[in-house]
This record gives sequence, C-alpha cells and structure tokens, in this order.
Amino acid sequence: MKFNIYKHEITMYRKSVLTWSLSLAVIIFLFMSMFSSFAKDADVLNQALAQMPPELITAFGMDQVDMASVLGYFGFLFLFCQVCLAIQAANYGFGLVSVEERDLTADFLLAKPVKRTTILTSKLLAALTGLTITNIVVWVSSFSAIESSRAGRPYDTGILLLLLASIAIFQLVFLSLGIVISLLMKRVRSVTTLSMGLAFGMYILSAFGGMLGDDTFDLVTPFKHFDPSAIVGSGSYDLPLVLISIALIVVSITASYWLYLKRNIHSVT
Amino acid sequence: MSIIEVEKLTKYYGKSRGIVDVSFNVEEGEIFGFIGPNGAGKSTTIRLFLSLIYPSSGKARIFGKDCIEFGPEIRQEIGYLPSEVFYYEGMKVIDLLKYSGSFYKKDTTRRMHELAEIMELDLKRRIDDLSYGNKKKVGIVQGLLHQPKLIILDEPTSGLDPLMQQKFFNLIREENKRGATVFFSSHILGEVQKMCSRVAVIKEGSIIKIEEIKTLRNEHYKKVMVTAENSDQLQFDLEGVTNVERDNGTVRFFFKGDINQVTRIISAHDVADLTIEEPTLEEIFMHYYE
Repeated sequence: MKFNIYKHEITMYRKSVLTWSLSLAVIIFLFMSMFSSFAKDADVLNQALAQMPPELITAFGMDQVDMASVLGYFGFLFLFCQVCLAIQAANYGFGLVSVEERDLTADFLLAKPVKRTTILTSKLLAALTGLTITNIVVWVSSFSAIESSRAGRPYDTGILLLLLASIAIFQLVFLSLGIVISLLMKRVRSVTTLSMGLAFGMYILSAFGGMLGDDTFDLVTPFKHFDPSAIVGSGSYDLPLVLISIALIVVSITASYWLYLKRNIHSVT
Repeated sequence: MSIIEVEKLTKYYGKSRGIVDVSFNVEEGEIFGFIGPNGAGKSTTIRLFLSLIYPSSGKARIFGKDCIEFGPEIRQEIGYLPSEVFYYEGMKVIDLLKYSGSFYKKDTTRRMHELAEIMELDLKRRIDDLSYGNKKKVGIVQGLLHQPKLIILDEPTSGLDPLMQQKFFNLIREENKRGATVFFSSHILGEVQKMCSRVAVIKEGSIIKIEEIKTLRNEHYKKVMVTAENSDQLQFDLEGVTNVERDNGTVRFFFKGDINQVTRIISAHDVADLTIEEPTLEEIFMHYYE
C-alpha cells in the first residue's frame, strides 16, 4: 500500500461517499418516521397482505414478517438499503481500475515507480474506507432512527446488530465481484450500467428464487445470504450461506490480483 | 553503455500483430528517433518498455535491468510523456503535478515550478477546463519534473503550437545536455530530423532500418526526373532503381548506385528536361514506408 495513491483515491471518492451516505440516512429516517402511524394500522396492513398472492409476498421477503414489529418493519426497509449498498459497492468495484484505463490516467499511474500489487492494494483500501464510512452512517442512522420512531415498542438489539453487522461482508461481496468482473473484461464501457445490472440482477435472483421456491439461486445471491426477513425471523445468520459469501470474496480478490498483474493496459484509441 | 536494449521483442494482441522481432539498442546520452506511420508499433514498443503491456516473446532491458522484473525500480528514472492527454476529474494542475512528484524519491517541487514557468502553464486551473494543448503541457511537466535519466516521448508535440513546440524541443535538448537519454517516437520526420542523432524506422511491426541521420541522408540515393517527348521509350531497367512513376511525359524514380549508368541511358534520348537531386528525408522515408 502506498499512502499517496490511497490519499488520492480517497479524494476521488469523497463526493460519492457523501452522496450515498446522506441518501441512505435520509431513506432510513424517512421510512422509520412513518413507523408509528404504520404500526397503528398494522392489522389492516396484515389483512391486506393476506389478500395478496403468496408468491408476491415471498418475492418481497414479507412472508415471515410482522410489519407491526419494530424489526419486522426495519427489516423490510433494510432490504432497500441493501440494494443501495450493493449498487454503491459494485460501482466502486467496477470502477476501481477501469475508470483509470478509460480516462487514460492508467498510463500515468502505471508509468510511475510502483508495483501493480501496491496500486491495487491502495485502491482497494481506499474503496473499503469509503464503503466503511457509508456503513458507519447506516449504523448510526439505523440506531437513532429506530430509537426516535419506535413509539415505545420493544425490539431485540441483538438482532439489529446482526443485521447491521452483515453490511460489511455484503459490501465486500459486491466490491470484489465488481473488480474481478471488470478485470475479466477487456474494456468497461459503463460502470453505472454494470453496477446497477449486478445489484439488481442479484436482487431479482433472490426475489425469483423466493417466488419459485427454488433453492439454487439462494447459493448465488448475497441478498439471500443476508436475507433481512430471515435474519429477523430466525434471529441468526444462515451460516453455510454466509460462508459462500466469504468464499466469493476470497476467490474474487485473489483472482483480481492475479488478473491485474497479468493485465495488458491498452491505449484507448 | 546501452540505456535501452531490445532483444527480439514481439507482441501479439490475440492474433493481430503488435511488433515482431524488434531488436535495437539506445546508447547513453543519445536522442534516438523512433519513426513510422500510425499503427506501425511505436506505441506498442513504448508500452512494453513501461510494462503497461507484457511481451509475447523477447525482452527489453533498461539501465541493464529487465523491464518487467525491475519495473518499479527502472521507472524511478524514466520520464514518460504519453501521446494521449489524460486527466483525473476535478483535479487542479498543481494537485496532479504534486501527485506525480510524490512517487519519486527526489524533491520535485522546484523543478515543477521551473517547468511550469517555461511551458507557461497555469497551475491553479482545473485540468478538465484546459485546452488540448494545455493538457499536453501538463503531460510534459509531469513527465520531466523528477529529472529522469531516460525520457520517453510518444508523439509529444501534437496539439502544441509552433512556439511551444520550439520551447519543448529546447527543453528536451537541455535535458539531453544534462545527461538524459531521449527516446523520441514520432511520425513527423521534420522534428525527428531536427532532434535526433540516430533513428530506427519501424513499419508493420518490424524494424526496417536503424541508421545515423547523417548516413541516411548520404546514402547516395538520387531523385531523378526526366521529361521527354516520347518518354515511353525511356526504360531504366537497372539495379537500384525504385519507385518509378510516369505521367505526362515525365519519368520519376529513385536511384542508388553508379549515376553514370543513368546518364548513359538518358544521353541516348532526346530529353526536354532533367533533374537529379538529393531526396529529402521525407522522401527517403516514404520510400521505406511503401
């Protein structure tokens, strides 16, 4: 790791981290502020839910959720946060080395006296720093939003911690998948398209898997590995699935270093 | 001592050719020209020097060390001016130059300001807002601020106005006098002729000639132009005749050899006009390119 690259990368992330973190905080506070009025009419809602086709309810992960409880409601909101966090992390992953290649700054950077592994490590740490800041903002917002909006209803702090603790691994999966996919490609044309594609693709897999009652997709998508309604429902992680996520991270990162070391940096003309 | 040693360097991009079996040496203190048309493999060669890309076979050594194995160490003493302009979004000129300088062991602050002053570069502007020529200047300053022992220039002057080109060439000459070796890649012959002592010509991925500029000129090529009424009868079936062109009663060709052979043929005919002259460097190269 080289500090000057890290510092430079952090400056490049500043705006994006700020935007994502603030947006997430706003979403969390806004949704939670509606909880008390929501909980009052919970019976009506639960009835309405019962009317809907069960497949749809499973798709949104609302099959085992009591929307009138603090964490039931929060778990539903957390799923939206996960989608945002996935897009952000995938975005940093896809852009990590490809943006420099697109803007030709890779020629500048790689002509400097640094090893490629040092470059990748510094960039990786900078991206992680950015994601961790967002992560912390989500933690703080979640706790304070729940405390200020729970209207005296109780909740299990341990389960909330479980949910929040899952963010770091969840982010890492999308970050590392983004990096390794971008390195498998000769050229990344649009970071945004790819990161939205990966995040929504994984989300849809998870939703469809639920709808079809098919377990195979569960293995692939981190949205299932850290399914908020399942965590709230059972009060624990599904360990084998979490291990799949961790394995995905390890394999992707290792492959990324290997691919980046061998990579031919083409001039774009 | 050779600063750059290239041995049978070959690079294929999949099946398409980059360069094939390129070999040459660049000696310490020289300004070495590397010339060829677009797509001949000039940038490929440079990118291999910097290990931006890896060779399919063969090797290149700089300062006596393998380009790949000792890449970071070698690059401590290389200044590279890329052909394309680049910029980090939202960055100011001064920030980029400081970032560039932060990679080197030396203190680069003073030289950075000197260079910016010579190239008339406003340090406070954002790079995104600069014109093409000014972005190019940023590239020049970042490549020279650490006073490298080897300067690699890839089409450095495109986008610079003539006055700036002049300043830039003077700068490179000064660096050369200070002891820096210069590898100058270009497709513009005039500037190579002005700057370089020796030149390698690359065409379709292969080196076709390595020569002192002086020798290249004095290779005794003559450009012959004969105009005659029935020029069809003028046949120059000699060894050393190349690039024969005929139009409107005029025959044009290059000739290398004993000029008497040519004059003997001409004297047998009634000619209207005759010119025999030194070809320009430009024409010599066109001759290689074809």
